[in-house]
Amino acid sequence: MSADLTDSILYLDAVSVSFDGFRALHDLSFVVGRGELRAIIGPNGAGKTTMMDVVTGKTRPDKGIVIFDGSIDLTTRDEASIAAFGIGRKFQKPTVFDGQTVEDSLLLALEGPRSAFSALFGWRSRVAVEQIIDKLAIIRLGDLRSKLAGSLSHGQKQWLEIGMLLAQNPKLLLVDEPVAGMTDAETEETARLLTSIAGEHAVVVVEHDMSFVRALGCKVTCLHEGSVLAEGTIDSVSANERVIDVYLGR
Amino acid sequence: MFRRFVILFSVLIGLVALAAAPIRADDASLVLKRLATDNYGEIEAGVAALAASGLPVSEAVLTALADSRLSYRPSDKALFIKDTSGGWIDAATNAAPAEAPSGLKSVKLNNRVRRALEAALGSMTLMSPDPMKRIAAAEAVFKSRDANTLAPLDVVIGKEADPVVKRYFEEARAAVLLLKTDAPETDRVRAAERLGERGDQDSLALLGSVTEANATANIVSAAKLAAKGIESRLALLSTAQNAWYGLSLGSVLLLAAIGLAITFGVMGIINMAHGEMVMLGAYTTFVVQEIIRTKVPSLFDWSLPIAIPLAFCVSGLVGLLIERVIIRHLYGRPLETLLATWGVSLVLQQAVRSVFGANNREVGAPSYMAGVWDLGGFQITYGRLWIIVFSLVVFFALLGVMKGTSLGLRMRAVIQNRRMAAAMGIRTPVVDALTFALGSGVAGIAGVALSQIDNVSPNLGQSYIIDSFLVVVFGGVGNLWGTLLGALSLGLANKFLEPVAGAVLGKIILLAVIILFIQRRPRGLFALKGRAVDS
Amino acid sequence: MIAFFFRKFDRMATGFVILLAAIAILVPVLNLAVPEGSPFHIPTYLVSLWGKYLAFALLAVALDLVWGYCGILSLGHGAFFALGGYAMGMYLMRQIGTRGVYADPVLPDFMVFLNWKELPFTWYFFDHFAYAVVMVVLVPSVLALVFGWFAFRSRVTGVYLSIITQALTYALLLAFFRNDMGFGGNNGLTDFKDILGLSVQAPTTRAALFALTAVFLALGFLVARAIVVSRFGQVLAAIRDAESRTRFLGYRVESYKLLVFVVSAAMAGIAGALYVPQVGIINPSEFAPSNSIEAVIWVAVGGRGTLVGAALGAVLVNFAKTWLTGMLPEFWLYGLGALFILVTLFLPKGIIGALTSRFGRPGDGGAQ
Ligand SMILES: Nc1ncnc2c1ncn2[C@@H]1O[C@H](COP(=O)(O)OP(=O)(O)OP(=O)(O)O)[C@@H](O)[C@H]1O
Ligand SMILES: [Mg+2]
Repeated sequence: MSADLTDSILYLDAVSVSFDGFRALHDLSFVVGRGELRAIIGPNGAGKTTMMDVVTGKTRPDKGIVIFDGSIDLTTRDEASIAAFGIGRKFQKPTVFDGQTVEDSLLLALEGPRSAFSALFGWRSRVAVEQIIDKLAIIRLGDLRSKLAGSLSHGQKQWLEIGMLLAQNPKLLLVDEPVAGMTDAETEETARLLTSIAGEHAVVVVEHDMSFVRALGCKVTCLHEGSVLAEGTIDSVSANERVIDVYLGR
Repeated sequence: MFRRFVILFSVLIGLVALAAAPIRADDASLVLKRLATDNYGEIEAGVAALAASGLPVSEAVLTALADSRLSYRPSDKALFIKDTSGGWIDAATNAAPAEAPSGLKSVKLNNRVRRALEAALGSMTLMSPDPMKRIAAAEAVFKSRDANTLAPLDVVIGKEADPVVKRYFEEARAAVLLLKTDAPETDRVRAAERLGERGDQDSLALLGSVTEANATANIVSAAKLAAKGIESRLALLSTAQNAWYGLSLGSVLLLAAIGLAITFGVMGIINMAHGEMVMLGAYTTFVVQEIIRTKVPSLFDWSLPIAIPLAFCVSGLVGLLIERVIIRHLYGRPLETLLATWGVSLVLQQAVRSVFGANNREVGAPSYMAGVWDLGGFQITYGRLWIIVFSLVVFFALLGVMKGTSLGLRMRAVIQNRRMAAAMGIRTPVVDALTFALGSGVAGIAGVALSQIDNVSPNLGQSYIIDSFLVVVFGGVGNLWGTLLGALSLGLANKFLEPVAGAVLGKIILLAVIILFIQRRPRGLFALKGRAVDS
Repeated sequence: MIAFFFRKFDRMATGFVILLAAIAILVPVLNLAVPEGSPFHIPTYLVSLWGKYLAFALLAVALDLVWGYCGILSLGHGAFFALGGYAMGMYLMRQIGTRGVYADPVLPDFMVFLNWKELPFTWYFFDHFAYAVVMVVLVPSVLALVFGWFAFRSRVTGVYLSIITQALTYALLLAFFRNDMGFGGNNGLTDFKDILGLSVQAPTTRAALFALTAVFLALGFLVARAIVVSRFGQVLAAIRDAESRTRFLGYRVESYKLLVFVVSAAMAGIAGALYVPQVGIINPSEFAPSNSIEAVIWVAVGGRGTLVGAALGAVLVNFAKTWLTGMLPEFWLYGLGALFILVTLFLPKGIIGALTSRFGRPGDGGAQ
């Protein structure tokens, strides 16, 4: 276990969360290694988003251990400091800053000092501008750079959020349903992007689109009723009887 | 002193005689005739005799004498009382004489007669046929503690059949005895106990004045013991009284907030014109009462029951209008709604000011709202009692509407998921309008009740708006039970703080506490949990 | 440092600052140097009246900074304004000295009247102008800091925040009404004689106060503008649009809010301090929640999130108020009420917002 812990970027052990008596997470335990790409699947209400809420500090677990980077206990930190440790998150429902341009949104997300005073007196550096151009190219929103984020389409907002996530340059990316609302071509593109950044960053992807998950070609964890039902390669998991029963269907 | 004693003695004799054999009717005129003279000594004696006679007219006659309104006709010694309008009444028959009497001489008073009159009137009321008057007389003795009243008191105590009145007599006697240094010790100890049983502020003061200087050690310790008993009783009483006031304030807050619990709590509309809906209800009550007063005064007691549905309609319609014209354009923009409805509130205030004037309007209380119910020092005013009852009735009626009717079901559906409700065929604009009208109408009903305890002026609503919001937020937005609990707990907290901190400071402290509380639990006491409220 | 204040200056901002500089010079000149008969003469009462408008404009700019740029709708900014005003009023009270009705060298009249023997500690040092000036800024800032620290840390947002800010000013209103608070109770502070040795009634003082108010309005505007065009301002806008998203990017939202709230409160306090010597009185009614809400409508009318619009709105609405209450007193409330309704329904971006979107020019917000 301790080897697990020190090698892991994210370590969850027996995490439970309940809302008004309803168990959303029930003794959930799993480990994500450094630089690993991991897909999480599971039926609606399995607790996937809640797991991300726990990791990012939005929801406090009732019990259990959540350790980041081998040593940082996340259960006592707030969202801002968890983000500062190097955890980035894309929400299931794309949330962008409606009143900001695409470029400014990326600038806000860009890695760098977050304190109020530095924001007051600092200004964008040349490096920052380059990075933004770089990210704009990746998410292919270069033409829309001065458009307001609020006026983007659903798919474009998804890309912008991914771009903001990349700009944050976190150690761990939590990506909740990134390809909902994307075309097939874009879905493939996203899979390629995520696999390419894995290694340098650890990535945890939640997705219902099984062909997308297959395209990721990584270890898969299936959640059900707040705990792990099966874990392994995509083939072993999708062959698992219980997974078929509760999620994939026969 | 001696003379006084004589008078009292004759009163006493009279009382004993009264007890033995009631004076017959023809004796009545004999007793009365004793006053028909200009000899002070005889008048004095006559006063005592009359007082002792127990005649029904004696009190009227003696009061008339005290006011110098008594005259006699020297020819037949008949007594006549000048009434307030200047006419004459035959004292013996207590009726106007057939023809106006002539050649009257007034019965004169000097200081001695006056003193006699006072004593006579005082002790006479102790045996008045009216038990309330007997009690009043006993209380007067309790206050004056005139040792001379002991003798008549002893007599009436022996005779009194009504246990309540008898208790008062005994308490009066105890009050006299307690500080009477020449009374036997056992009597005084018993008096102290008696006063302890009475247990009010006056008894406490009296017991406090017992010291070694005027009493033996036994008496002093008895007095101390009794005083201690009274003190703890009074503390309990004041707690109860505070709780009652708090409950009463809580019910007022509940009334003020209950409409807002719908418009703000359930619909999420920051309705700053809510107070004005309350105000419109109060003015509706005023108009109803004005019409009743001028047209059918006999219906006055019905004015509130009549005003309630009308106020609901008036405020409800105004609410409907506001929703249709303004608010429906602002759904999803709470801060804008706040500003627009604030504008509405200014317009409504000014409109009411233009129509009814800026001054307070008088709204009367029907007879059942007046009066006090005294539960042994614990006083309950009927007005407050009714308002508490009324606020609870309104609350549960509203709860019933929200939980039990199809409108309520649709309301909740629309509020929880507008799009889904619309997709299921619910006409959301209609539901919105009706919900807002309902909340406003309920505010109007609250106005009827508040018109009974507050000044009906164009500013009426302003004084409730902040409190109402705090109640709803404190109780937990979207939860009617929370509003009930919020209102009652704020009311109680306010009234228990008031004696400690003073009214204004108490209120400030409470505001500070609420501000802190909202910061601890931003969603109130009974917050809806779930994702809907996160966004 | 200078460059910091003039970053990303656009035409509107330049025009506004030049306008303020111009009236700061011109109005005193037209008042003092031009003889009374001349059509160009500006009477002293007008100077003070417009000085009052400018003080309100500064309050509006302060409010716009938090509401327009950070989405914090404070319904209690009147409290900060009034606290600044009281701090200045206390200095002015202590300048009266023996010229008061009771001629007490230390105690203000109302304290003598209440039979107080000693100056309460809250009044210590207020005879020094510098101390009063520090307090003008410090008291509102500290209140904003404490209040904001609690409120933002526990994530009270939106209308809940509005309601508790309103409760805050309401509580202060009740408190200042009390005589034993030692701030003149009901009547407040008035009958001022002089400021820095100059008579507050003298036309020269009034002209100077006017010019000073214009200068402070310009300064306030520059500070606010520097904040909103910086990265800090961008984060504020991000908070306004999606607060929790900003958190997940690693920004400590509460410190951003707190900083801007405190700056805004300090600005409002300065506005109050400029207001008091020009109107000659400060009393608890300045704490009335309705005042704070009225300030919000100034901002809404002019256009929130534009700063210039807020100032413009304050001047316009107050000018209309003076004019209407003079002509048809009972119609002022109708007018104000209608203004609230019409602006929110038909002019959600206010005058400046409507103008700029009409002519396709972006506002002077963070975006460019
Ligand atoms: N804040 C909350 N309050 C109450 N219940 C919640 C809350 N958050 C999550 N839940 C409940 O917890 C359960 C797990 O929700 P979660 O969003 O984690 O599911 P999910 O696996 O992400 O589902 P999906 O695939 O549909 O996104 C659900 O039943 C949900 O209703
Ligand atoms: Mg989910």
